[in-house]
Parts: sequence; C-alpha cells; structure tokens
Amino acid sequence: MDTTSQPPQIGDPSTRTGQTVAAVVARFPGVVTERPSPPGEAVVSVDAAHWAEVARWLHGEGGFKFLSDLCGVDWPHRRPRFDVVCTLTDLSTPARIRVVVGVDGEPPAAPSVTGIWPGANWFEREAYDMFGIVFQGHPDLTRILMPDEWEGHPLRKDYSVGKVPVEYKHLSPGH
Amino acid sequence: MPDETTDKRVLTEFEERSQGAFIEEDEPTDARMTINMGPQHPSTHGVLRLVLELEGEIVRDVRPVIGYLHTGMEKECEDCTWRQAVTIVTRMDYLAPFFNELVYSLATEKLLGIEIPPRGQAIRILMTELNRISSHLVWMATQGMDMGAVSMMTYGFRERELLIDFFEMTTGLRMNHNYIMPGGVWQDLPDGWRTAVEDFLSIFPERMGEYEELLTGNPIWRQRTQGVAVINQEQALALSASGPTLRACGLAWDIRKAFPYSGIEQYDFDIPTRTEGDVFARYAVRLDEMRQSMRIVRQVLDTLPEGDYKNMDPKIAPPPRAELTRSMEAVIHHFKLVTQGYAVPPGDAYVSVESPRGELGAYVVSNGETLPYRVHVRDPSFANLQSLPTMMCDTLVADTVAAIASVDPVLGGVDR
Repeated sequence: MDTTSQPPQIGDPSTRTGQTVAAVVARFPGVVTERPSPPGEAVVSVDAAHWAEVARWLHGEGGFKFLSDLCGVDWPHRRPRFDVVCTLTDLSTPARIRVVVGVDGEPPAAPSVTGIWPGANWFEREAYDMFGIVFQGHPDLTRILMPDEWEGHPLRKDYSVGKVPVEYKHLSPGH
Repeated sequence: MPDETTDKRVLTEFEERSQGAFIEEDEPTDARMTINMGPQHPSTHGVLRLVLELEGEIVRDVRPVIGYLHTGMEKECEDCTWRQAVTIVTRMDYLAPFFNELVYSLATEKLLGIEIPPRGQAIRILMTELNRISSHLVWMATQGMDMGAVSMMTYGFRERELLIDFFEMTTGLRMNHNYIMPGGVWQDLPDGWRTAVEDFLSIFPERMGEYEELLTGNPIWRQRTQGVAVINQEQALALSASGPTLRACGLAWDIRKAFPYSGIEQYDFDIPTRTEGDVFARYAVRLDEMRQSMRIVRQVLDTLPEGDYKNMDPKIAPPPRAELTRSMEAVIHHFKLVTQGYAVPPGDAYVSVESPRGELGAYVVSNGETLPYRVHVRDPSFANLQSLPTMMCDTLVADTVAAIASVDPVLGGVDR
C-alpha cells in the first residue's frame, strides 16, 4: 500500500513531530538538542541547569499542558550519570514530546517542575526514591514507595536485586 | 447501705476533676483531628492509606500514603529477557492485565521496528476491550459495595466471571495472562471463542439495563454520588489525571483517538463525557464506556481478518509447538529464544494506551542486549491518586469512601 499519497490523518502524532522539535530547538539554540528517536517520537535533550526555563516555555508557548510521565534512568558509566525523562502531551493538537534531562552531581540534582505541572509531584518523588535524584524546589521530597528509613535507591544499577544470576542469561547475543 | 460520706466525696471529686478538665481544655471542640485510614481498610481497594485531617465531619486535608504493595517490578524487569518481562508487567495493574502486556509489547516492538499482522492486532483489541468491560465491572461492584449497594457487588462479579472464563479459555489463565507479547499474541483464538463472545454480547446489554435500574435511577445512589468529590477540568489536567476521571470533567481525551494503537482507528466508537466532574459523572462515563467497548468488540467479531496471529520472524517469535517435532531449525530457534532471548536495538521508546483507568504508558530503554535496560510503567492509578486531595478537600468524611472508589485505583499498579 502506498502510504505517501494518503493525506496526513488528524490525530496522527507523526505529522507534528518534526515541527515540535524544530520549534523548541530554534527557541533555545545550543541548549536544547534533538535526539535520535524511533519514528513518530519527538525527543530532545537539555541539561539540568536550563531545564526549568525550557519547561516553562514548553508549558506556555509550546502548549504542552499535560505531564504524562516523568522517570529516571541510571547510566553508571556515563557523565552525567542520570537521565530524568519527561514525557509531555499537548492535548489540543495532539502532540507529544519527550525531554531527556541529564543530571549529575552528588547527590544528583535537577530543578523541580511541580510549579509548572503540579502533577509532577509524585513522579518526582518516585524518581527521588528510586534513583536519589534531588528535585530542587519540590514541596515534599520524601520517599514514596519505599519505607522512609530505607537506605539506598533501588533502581540504581549498582543496587543489587539480591538473587543469584542464571549464567546463560548473561551471554552476549553473538554467542 | 452505701456510706453517704464516701459517696459524696467521690461525687465532688469527680465534679472537680471534670470541671478542671473542662477549664484546661480551652481549644474549640471542632479542633483538627488527624485520622489514619488504611492500609488495611476494605474500602481502600487494596493497601492504600489515607491520613485525613478532619474538622468535625469535614475533611480539610488528605494525604495518600502509598508503597505498601511495592515489589520492585520495574527492577525485576531488568533481570528478565524482553519476552519474560511480560510476565512481570501483567501483574502490575491486575484488573487490566491485557493493557499492561499490550503497552509494554508496543514499546518493545517500536524499538524492534517490527510489524504485527492484522489478525494479531485485532485479537489484541478484542482482548483489551473485553478487559475494559471486566475491569469496569469490578469497579462498579466495589463502588456499589462501598456505598451500601451490596447486591451490585455480586452482580458485577457474576458478569465478570463470564469474561474471565473466556480469558481462561483463550490464554489458560484467569488473570496475569502473559498472552500479548512483543511480536503478536501467544496463540490464536481457540475453537468456540466466537460463540463465547457472542453469548456474552447477547447477555450483557440486558444486564447493563439491570444495573441502570438498580443504581442510576436510585435516589440514594444519586444523593450519595451527585455533587460529591468534584474536580474541574483545569485541576484534573494540572494534576495529570486521565481516563474517566478527566472525561467526567468534560474533556473528550482518549488515547485511542489521539494516539491510535494496534489498529483501533478502524473501529467506530465514541468518547463518552460528562461535565459535572463528580462521582456520578465518573460512574456515568464508565457505564457508557462499557457500551462503547461492546460496540468495538462487535466490530472485531464482524471484521476479524484471517492470517497470522503473530509476527512469524523466528528470531522474535517462538515457532509453533507442532514444528518442534519436525524441524531442527525450529528447535534451535526455540532453544535460543527460551534460554537467551532476542537482542533489541539500542534506543528508548514511550508508548501509551487507554487503559480502563486512563493513560497507561510504558517507557522502555534498550542498550542493545537481550535484557531490557530500563522499564518504566506510567500507571494511571498512580497519577490519578494525586487528585484525591483536591477532590476530597472540604467534603464530608462519609464521602471519603465514595471518592476513593470513584478514582478506581488499583494498588498493584500504583505501587508496582
């Protein structure tokens, strides 16, 4: 089937993907960079120092009024070590953008976006609980899933699950 | 005969003491009181704990405390192959297991860059839409029970049993099916599946009429739900609420329409909305959603294409059982897939589906190996629970239970 001759469908996120990325990159040159992504996804990265500023723009002029998701990823052999991955949705178009915020430091710190999207509250608490990422300006940055007195941050890669690995699982795909 | 003097002395002492107590206690009688509700409370639907700040009968503040069911499922996924992780994610939101499997599979398939045959996609829609009905039935049953309509409890579970039987017939399990997997579905629909679904579709509209009779027109039900736990559209959006909670505030936002998945765009259905934003509106939206899901299921029955139920690429999908006795190649592929799994190209992807509770998202990261590097599930119950304090502020303490039930949180998904 020839898909190129079809008119772009309403509600198809891929039609707006390129524009979304282009707009935010043009607004913050040198700060926001485009990232390789699967087809149909708009992904940009930004450093922690500029995250609050970019977030305010995305919420205001960008039109991304809805925070879908926010979570952490740990890359222990990389600087910055952590990513805060924030998925935002523009409900009117509809369009979606994913912002990857590189976070480093001891403890790793990033500005909180709870003032922009109040719904980020629990997501940031979860990222703090699981990765130890400190969100500056968060109204109540406490553990959310683990007990308050818990030591360590379970989703960090250096936190063991405490079970014996089965050997064949750890072969590389070429074996 | 009692000693008069002793009696008198006791009496005066008591009076003095109580007067003293009364004088000392000069704070008003409607002072704030902190009450703990749960986590072992039947109406909290699992292990949700609420810390309520009360002024007399009025709830002034609520703090939901979660994590009592946290079992580290996201961490556990990092220790499974891509295929095995389905068995973990299906256990998250245990009332909507097909949706968890679907969203995780879609995200993985996006990284793999593989296509799913039309029959596989249609089967996925069939299972998830039936799952939406069965999940809403549990919600109706429990909301009814929490508010005193105990017979609704038995009716809801009675009808759900019909669907559970069908799920068992198709997947082998009543819950946690492990049926939808990256590449398609585990196996084709079994003999007699069409009759089973037709039977359900012929029974259910009549049963829905019974629920309407029992609840919708019931003055007690209306008084306990209308104008209770109200949230407006602006608040719901700001707090990242989705699903029936958001649609009951008048916004026709549905992932199935906005970001269609698995071929859902080819079926006709409407997005039910209400504008009141109260418990009754959320009830009405869910009731209509069950009707819309029936519409979709009917269309799937009429248009189910023939063909493969999964992507037959032997590097992704295990070969059919029958081939294992005939083909050496099939045995090797099977062995490789079971022992080692398949490698997924490096990258990350976020996919969302419209689960019975709202936007269910999966964010997966691969570093090119046979185990997922990171699996994060954006559970709608987790996000929706954040709006509970807004809903319950300045309502009566008796409406607490109605408010919790109307958000329909599943703690397995909240805590993961």
